[in-house]
Amino acid sequence: MRHRADLAFRVLALATLVLALVTLVALVMDVLADGAGRLDWQFLTSLASRRAEDAGIYHALAGSIWVIVLTAALALPLGVAAAVYLEEYGTNSRLARFIEINIANLAAVPSIIYGLLGLGLFVRAMGMGRSVMAGAATLALLALPVVILSTREALRTVPKSIREGSYALGATKWQTIWHQVLPMAFPGILTGLILSLSRAIGETAPLITIGALTYVPFAPDGVWSPFTVLPIQIFNWVSRPQAAFKENAAAGILVLMALLLAMNASAVFLRDRFQRQGRS
Amino acid sequence: MRPRRLERLIEAALLGAATVSVLTTAGIIVVLAVETFEFLREVPLVEFLTGTEWTPLFANPRFGVLPLVAGTLLVSAIAMVVALPMGLLSAIYLSEYAPDSVRRVVKPVLEVLAGVPTVVYGYFALLFVTPLLQRVFPQMSGFNALSPGIVMGIMILPLVSSLAEDAMRAVPRGLREGAYALGATRMETALQVVVPAAFSGITAAFILAISRAVGETMIVAIAAGQQPRLTGNPFVPLETMTAYIVQVSLGDTPQGTLEYRTIFAVGMLLFLMTFGLNLVSTWLRERFREEYS
Repeated sequence: MRHRADLAFRVLALATLVLALVTLVALVMDVLADGAGRLDWQFLTSLASRRAEDAGIYHALAGSIWVIVLTAALALPLGVAAAVYLEEYGTNSRLARFIEINIANLAAVPSIIYGLLGLGLFVRAMGMGRSVMAGAATLALLALPVVILSTREALRTVPKSIREGSYALGATKWQTIWHQVLPMAFPGILTGLILSLSRAIGETAPLITIGALTYVPFAPDGVWSPFTVLPIQIFNWVSRPQAAFKENAAAGILVLMALLLAMNASAVFLRDRFQRQGRS
Repeated sequence: MRPRRLERLIEAALLGAATVSVLTTAGIIVVLAVETFEFLREVPLVEFLTGTEWTPLFANPRFGVLPLVAGTLLVSAIAMVVALPMGLLSAIYLSEYAPDSVRRVVKPVLEVLAGVPTVVYGYFALLFVTPLLQRVFPQMSGFNALSPGIVMGIMILPLVSSLAEDAMRAVPRGLREGAYALGATRMETALQVVVPAAFSGITAAFILAISRAVGETMIVAIAAGQQPRLTGNPFVPLETMTAYIVQVSLGDTPQGTLEYRTIFAVGMLLFLMTFGLNLVSTWLRERFREEYS
């Protein structure tokens, strides 16, 4: 009897996981069924349009790439510098401990709150307007906790002997970090950055809140240009009643998922290379 | 002498970068507080927190936030009914039962589920799950709380599963071996020894999941509707706090007006709710870590 209960429990737990897998498959099949027919070269190279069959994704794809590249440029130096401080300098000081708790809490703040911060701080107080720059700055703050966390993990994998060898040769602390520790940790840092960016690229709510427009029929031509991004364009199409726009939304989702897949694949590739290096 | 000064300078710059996170928290609080303060000068706090009608964009505006809070709580509760039991079961299975071959398949699937953008889940809820549910419940409206709630639960499941699994894996082996030695089955060991031992860690995971559900935006903005309504009925359209912020951000409400400030007041309430939950979760996790270190 007790062993039958054990078996039943195991079956129940396995069924839960199967249900999760089935949901994922259903989601992918649903989007493919709705959107694959709409996805062609014309869709990728056309701008937004009031007519569903003429509309394309080019402006949103370009907007997403502009925003994500700029987000990376802001989040990488800030995140790595913060992680180096917490891991190499501030260990166990009370200030470092406070900053750590703060980062952990920030990681769990809803993304839409970052949108309100971006609206109040970047768009209005700093006068950036509803630009690519304001969007990227908002997303950089959002991505920062993850970049810091993954960079710290990468720094921790650098063996102590490397640091001690460098000190023994007379290098200062910063010389050791800059010439030995950071280069060794770099692939790990890059992996973390790409993973955090692949989350940022799917973010919709904070960019809607700072006022990225849902109808921008052109690609951005600079960091101060108005913009829209893939998820916002998808949201815009989903919200329209006509069925033809829902097809566009599904095709847009396929483009977004392909972009995510490419980013994650490159992160996995880097991680594998990194692990092989570490072993040899 | 010079290199040493450079070292100091660099350390100061690095510290500066580290304090950006503290400034971010401060920035959030200041931005929300300033606008909320302006809002509360025109709408009394008691009316805001206890009013049962939310019609700030109407000709005769009412500013009772309860319908938005109720909508948020209803959708979150449905999500938790899905995410907590399923997440815990999957964590128990992964930590206590699963052979490595199964883990190698299941872990990436959960990671992918967690990585799907929320706007995609919104699409899935509105155009796949809602029509499916309408076959079972014909009275259900096209916008409702049930469908986004269920989808949100699936989205949060990986978070619950991985945090709860971490907590259970941290339970020392000796406790399990003691239970097996007394003749307990795996299920008895899992439910009566491991889960109680990892209790505060698992609770921390649950609370973080609630916080995620409360702050989730796009699924509800797409699939739950835009009608603030004080109801427990999961079949009718309603509006959550986050969906309201999206609705106003998309509209053409002029900045600086009272209507516009409502999104900061609602944002402040949302921030306080999630921040409180996060603090409790962090505290529980710390306590758990102390128990087994």
